[in-house]
Amino acid sequence: MGLRKFKLFRGDSREGTMKDFKVEVDQGMVVLDVIHRIQSEQVGDLAVRWNCKAGKCGSCSVEINGKPKLACMTRMNEYSLEETISVRPIKTFPLIKDLVADVSWNYKQNKNIAPFTPDPDKKDNNGNYIMMQEDVDRVQEFRKCIECYLCQNVCHVLRDHDKKNEFVGPRFMIRLASLEMHPLDKADRIENIKNDYGSGMCNITRCCTDVCPEHIQITDNGIIPLKERVVDRYYDPIIWLWNKLFGKPK
Amino acid sequence: MDSNSLFNTQRSDRWWFEPLWTGVGFLCFVIYTTWAMLQGDYYWWSAGVEGFGGYLSPFYSPLIFINPIVNGAAPIDHSWFGSWPEWWPNLIPASPAILILAGPLSFRMTCYYYRKFYYRSYFMSPPGCSVKGIRNKKYKGETALLIFQNLHRFTLYIAIGIIFILSYDAILSFFQGGEFGVGLGSIILTINPILLIGYTFGCHVFRHLSGGHKDCFTCPNGKPTFRYQVWKGVSWLNGRHMMWAWISMIWVAFTDIYVRMVASGYWIDMNTWNN
Repeated sequence: MGLRKFKLFRGDSREGTMKDFKVEVDQGMVVLDVIHRIQSEQVGDLAVRWNCKAGKCGSCSVEINGKPKLACMTRMNEYSLEETISVRPIKTFPLIKDLVADVSWNYKQNKNIAPFTPDPDKKDNNGNYIMMQEDVDRVQEFRKCIECYLCQNVCHVLRDHDKKNEFVGPRFMIRLASLEMHPLDKADRIENIKNDYGSGMCNITRCCTDVCPEHIQITDNGIIPLKERVVDRYYDPIIWLWNKLFGKPK
Repeated sequence: MDSNSLFNTQRSDRWWFEPLWTGVGFLCFVIYTTWAMLQGDYYWWSAGVEGFGGYLSPFYSPLIFINPIVNGAAPIDHSWFGSWPEWWPNLIPASPAILILAGPLSFRMTCYYYRKFYYRSYFMSPPGCSVKGIRNKKYKGETALLIFQNLHRFTLYIAIGIIFILSYDAILSFFQGGEFGVGLGSIILTINPILLIGYTFGCHVFRHLSGGHKDCFTCPNGKPTFRYQVWKGVSWLNGRHMMWAWISMIWVAFTDIYVRMVASGYWIDMNTWNN
């Protein structure tokens, strides 16, 4: 494919700038391959986080020409030969060095979520937990998440408004969805979803879904159903009246 | 590293195209709807034949009151509550559309798809993915002023009611003076509720109410429930919600245009009544 022009961010949380590189690109390369070639041939101290190179570990999240993407899943032939490819670290989280951001805030959010709490009453006669395929299918989609945090990065509530103390972010909304919709789970997280995890902060602009490399329907299948469950509990007088008259459904 | 100015982005693609066309497209609909609503005339056509049947613009249905003296008005017996009330202020046009359009519009304005595009196109919150929107340190999402978006399910109930009414109008369009027939208008007026069914019953709230709120689709006997089958069907529609939203919106406006044009004599309706 010949010589290609790259711009990579070089710096740390105090200062940094975009640096120009020219690099020979071979057929079939992805952006991460090119970054590795630059690292190997031109700047040995370039920091880039990566692991599986197969789109499954979620480590190499960056912004390529301004779009949040996995560097290992972005093929060079997506870009025209004349185009300069710029690679920056994900913007929403604090920069460590070059293309590496500190995403540890996400792990703290994860710890705050009540874990899977199986209901012992739902064991079958042999003492096993059984799920039918129809029930597996719905929550399985959320389990595809590779925790690349591209959705967290692109979410404008976290990215532009910096409301990290008020909204847990799309990744954890789908984790909550996977737990709340689980037929064997008995924990109730609806109050937390509204008050602590900030479901109301999301205004459904769907950027999280747009950037998800696993094509999880984060908004339609995760966030909106959770928002509707919050409506059931807090904003629907008909359901409230029904529950008062006939009791809450088990 | 990045400026905080509006639209600041490192994206080099045409990210602005989608918010632009959706914003302009919906604005055109709102302008036309407002104009059509304020006219108060040429919303009914039955070729002057009295009796059961005729074309009624969906913007004017149901007819709460009728002002029978305007051109293109429906006969008074089509009104739910008779002739136009005398207490109606002179400043506001005596248009039946004014009384009812808030219902279907409230459904669209609180729709999860519409929210996506108008937050992007009009509120710049954000205008595009990884594109800087209007800076707002007091951003509250849908927890403060916009908390009314949680009422979407109640607007769904209104929308379902309107589908029944427009379906009746579709049946009405196959008659003229009690005589059965088919006109181009009948087909247009029949397609209208069909498209609205695709949009309304693919709504996220209907998906939730029809089965999405359940944690278990196979309880209590391990077999998929009827609710699950319904939920799957609604999910299929829901996956195409944007398409249904736009097609049904354009068609409802086109239906009004068609009835208006036929009623005012600019277009001739092809039909089996030979008029």
